[in-house]
Amino acid sequence: MSQESLEHRNKRTLRKLLIWALAMFGFAFAMVPFYNVICDITGLNGKTSSTASTEGPSRTVEDRTVTVEFITQRGKGVNGDFMSATRRVKVHPGEITLVNFYASNPKSSDIVTQSIPSVTPGEAARYLHKTQCFCFDQQTLGAGERKEMPMIFYLDPELPPHITTLTLSYTIFDVTDRVAATKNTVINNNAVAR
Amino acid sequence: MSTAATAHDDHHHHAPTGLKRWLFSTNHKDIGTLYLWFSFAMFMVGGLLAMVIRTELLEPGMQFVDPEFFNQLTTLHGLAMVFGAVMPGFVGLANWMIPLMIGAPDMALPRMNNWSFWILPFAFLILLSSMFMSAFGAGHPSAPNFGWTFYAPLSTEYGPASTDLFILSVHMMGISSIMGAINVIVTVFNLRAPGMTLMKMPLFVWTWLITAFLLIAVMPVLAGAVTMMLTDRHFGTSFFSAAGGGDPVLFQHVFWFFGHPEVYIMILPAFGIVSAIIPTFARKQLFGYASMVYATASIALLSFVVWAHHMFTVGMPLAGTLFFMYMTMLISVPTGVKVFNWVATMWRGSLTFELPMKWAIAFVILFTCGGLSGLMLAITPVDFQYHDTYFVVAHFHYVLVSGAVFTMFAAAYYWLPKWSGVMPNKLLGELHFWSSLISVNLLFFPMHFVGLAGMPRRYADYALQFADYNFWISIGGFWFGLSQLLFLAVCVLCALKKGEKAPAKPWEGAEGLEWEVPSPAPFHTFETPPVVK
Repeated sequence: MSQESLEHRNKRTLRKLLIWALAMFGFAFAMVPFYNVICDITGLNGKTSSTASTEGPSRTVEDRTVTVEFITQRGKGVNGDFMSATRRVKVHPGEITLVNFYASNPKSSDIVTQSIPSVTPGEAARYLHKTQCFCFDQQTLGAGERKEMPMIFYLDPELPPHITTLTLSYTIFDVTDRVAATKNTVINNNAVAR
Repeated sequence: MSTAATAHDDHHHHAPTGLKRWLFSTNHKDIGTLYLWFSFAMFMVGGLLAMVIRTELLEPGMQFVDPEFFNQLTTLHGLAMVFGAVMPGFVGLANWMIPLMIGAPDMALPRMNNWSFWILPFAFLILLSSMFMSAFGAGHPSAPNFGWTFYAPLSTEYGPASTDLFILSVHMMGISSIMGAINVIVTVFNLRAPGMTLMKMPLFVWTWLITAFLLIAVMPVLAGAVTMMLTDRHFGTSFFSAAGGGDPVLFQHVFWFFGHPEVYIMILPAFGIVSAIIPTFARKQLFGYASMVYATASIALLSFVVWAHHMFTVGMPLAGTLFFMYMTMLISVPTGVKVFNWVATMWRGSLTFELPMKWAIAFVILFTCGGLSGLMLAITPVDFQYHDTYFVVAHFHYVLVSGAVFTMFAAAYYWLPKWSGVMPNKLLGELHFWSSLISVNLLFFPMHFVGLAGMPRRYADYALQFADYNFWISIGGFWFGLSQLLFLAVCVLCALKKGEKAPAKPWEGAEGLEWEVPSPAPFHTFETPPVVK
């Protein structure tokens, strides 16, 4: 074979492999939405729905009791209190229950917080329906404020029978900087638009 | 310089001398040599960090370094060994041997070859120099301190300023190994000598070809992971930040999707080396050549569906746990095929135990030990106990040190005559082998025991009951570290051409094209391709 055709073949193979490498770089980012879908289906990361459930329970299973435990944790930068009014409740699947959470801000300035829920075991996450939750929105805590934040939930009557206890964990994060950054971007964009 | 002179240069391909020879080299042998020396230098740097770790762990309590520096040591030790010693070491062997083994005049893309080597020293300069950052007032702690696995949010939200240097250097290492891998594939596909069909290729070429495909598949994923880290840290994204709607566990999935194939990237070329050496010194054909090729390919494919066994304790649905557990255990089947093939090759062979063979046999035995503890770790409920203990440390050091690193020594003793033209010094070699063999076991075997007893990894201190074992582990560590100076001596003697002159084929039972060129291999070989029958 001639030298020319070999160089040509080398370049063609090189091009194919480079495209593959770039595709795999893209694949890393494609894993993000893919992971979220898998999590929605399997409850892999124990995330509960981030929107309020609009339907009530179809029925209440009176002869079954499930323990729901609550854990609260403070993320980086939060130094106020964050706790639930009760550590655990015993509920029947389908029974609507209200649990109050409390957060305080000892700082002398307002902070914006976001709480992130997680359920263990993860497969129970999609059977936990919340009709109201402080985690659906960012909560602003005024300087020195102590805030009562209600959470209303019910367990799906179809909750798999082997689940007798589930733990709902909330971590509260200070997102003041993030919110400020987004607002600045919006203001800047508006300024540019004008 | 006049045009005439340039044209003259182009026509005669005479080798440049001095520094330019190495800086501008496009010769696969010179680049291979650079890779190998670089790999050995990083092995020494990573080893030095390990020596400091073992000094601190010699006795319980805090003696020499503070825990924060200890964390930097474990991080940099892992990164230097994985990305600096093992991977470039195998790329160096590939550069030297693949063209010689398939009868090619050089690598297919020589300029890219030069580039893929020369960004490596700079990547490590950036990474390692971060250790001295706080000396210049820039950030505290100095170096990355989150372990070589750099889990989020430890590396994203809590990482030191030098995390950005780490990200840059990982990008550079990734680009380097992707280019190296592309070069191997293009060379193997397009430059084989006439008659060298795929199923006639030496196994080292086969295992490297498969490794190269793994590299191209997963190094970009690692690049993606560090890119996400970078944007999380500085550009307001929340891939791994729970506060912004991301998920730190996602990081572990992305990382281990890279990380598990990565461990096979570090061992498949080793399989190829052992498959070259054992037949030579058993004076028999390799038993089950085709099954070796298929086993390598199966291991590579399976490596993409086992990543979550690193994350059993992170939590996942039962079905997922079972899937990853069974898939992991399945890998022991093709690996077992390989071990049986090596043993069957030796069975009733005319065995002699020259240095390369000693290292190869030590590899087969010790790698199998490491594989066995891997099988134990694959069992999910058991893993819950072993996770993040020294048992895991023992496991991956058995497969990486007495696995991958031992085969690189085997390869060096096997091919040094071809590279340098002189036989490696026997006395120093024997000392190096026996000293390393005993010390590596003293170093890593007791780690199984302290791990099973519950000693966690990555801590600067430990409970009193682990004191005796850790003392001996440290002694083993210092001993193993010092033994490697013997290897340095062997290499320097060969480089200085001090020693018995090597014939073209120094090993009686050796087969393959690389032995048909003189020793040392001339600067240009196989400019007219040989014909393989």
